[in-house]
Amino acid sequence: MAADSSMVSLLDQDYRLGRRELLAGAAALCAFFAVARQALARPLLETAIRTFTGGVETNPGRVRFEIPPLVENGNAVGVTVTVESPMTEVDYVKRIALINEKNPQPDMVIFHLGPRAGKAKVSTRIRLATSQTVAAVAELSDGSFWISEAKIIVTLAACIEDLS
Amino acid sequence: MTRILINVPATARQGEIIEIKTMIAHTMETGYRLNATGAAIPRNIINRFVCTYDGEEVFSAELFPAVAANPFISFTTIAVKTGTITFAWTDDHGTTETAVAEITVT
Repeated sequence: MAADSSMVSLLDQDYRLGRRELLAGAAALCAFFAVARQALARPLLETAIRTFTGGVETNPGRVRFEIPPLVENGNAVGVTVTVESPMTEVDYVKRIALINEKNPQPDMVIFHLGPRAGKAKVSTRIRLATSQTVAAVAELSDGSFWISEAKIIVTLAACIEDLS
Repeated sequence: MTRILINVPATARQGEIIEIKTMIAHTMETGYRLNATGAAIPRNIINRFVCTYDGEEVFSAELFPAVAANPFISFTTIAVKTGTITFAWTDDHGTTETAVAEITVT
């Protein structure tokens, strides 16, 4: 405390920096760092999955997640997710989400299915910014969540290509 | 006019599970890239895809910037009756592109 006040007085004398300016400056600096940290610090994969499930625990299994383990080009990675489900009116897959660990945003895609799908099998192509873990999470009509994770090594990342 | 590719079987037996493949030409600009002068390129992605079978929604998807350019989506549905299957993609500007496929169910 004593050191702080002496610092302020020192600044006052040397730079004619008033208390208000100092406080305003400090607040601005804090705000800047808060924004910077928010941009850099992505929530953990588990946190992102929990956001999707609404806090419900996920069970391993039932989800078959096909993705190449070694990717040369992260700009387009073909993935297929198949979920074991009878897909009847009473027991079907409601949603399938792909959630990543290290892209700028955790969500990649969310598919909404219903009993009219016949079977729970979807494919798409995703971007991967770097080598990371990607999770495929399926929500069933009974409210349970099933998960399958895959570790992928990316040699050429997405998002860094030059614009030409 | 956006280029759209759709693969739907022309005919199917009733109750058969058919696979539908769709692709639309779109840059899927993430909003994280910078242009030559260092300014951020504004985000413009397709954020929603809906498939309706004779007016009833059978499949939809929420898309995020992590979906590759020219989004490809494949899924399945049960061939219930002869009719039209409609596909709609909506981007950040609110523009919706649609495509239609006819299916004959025997």
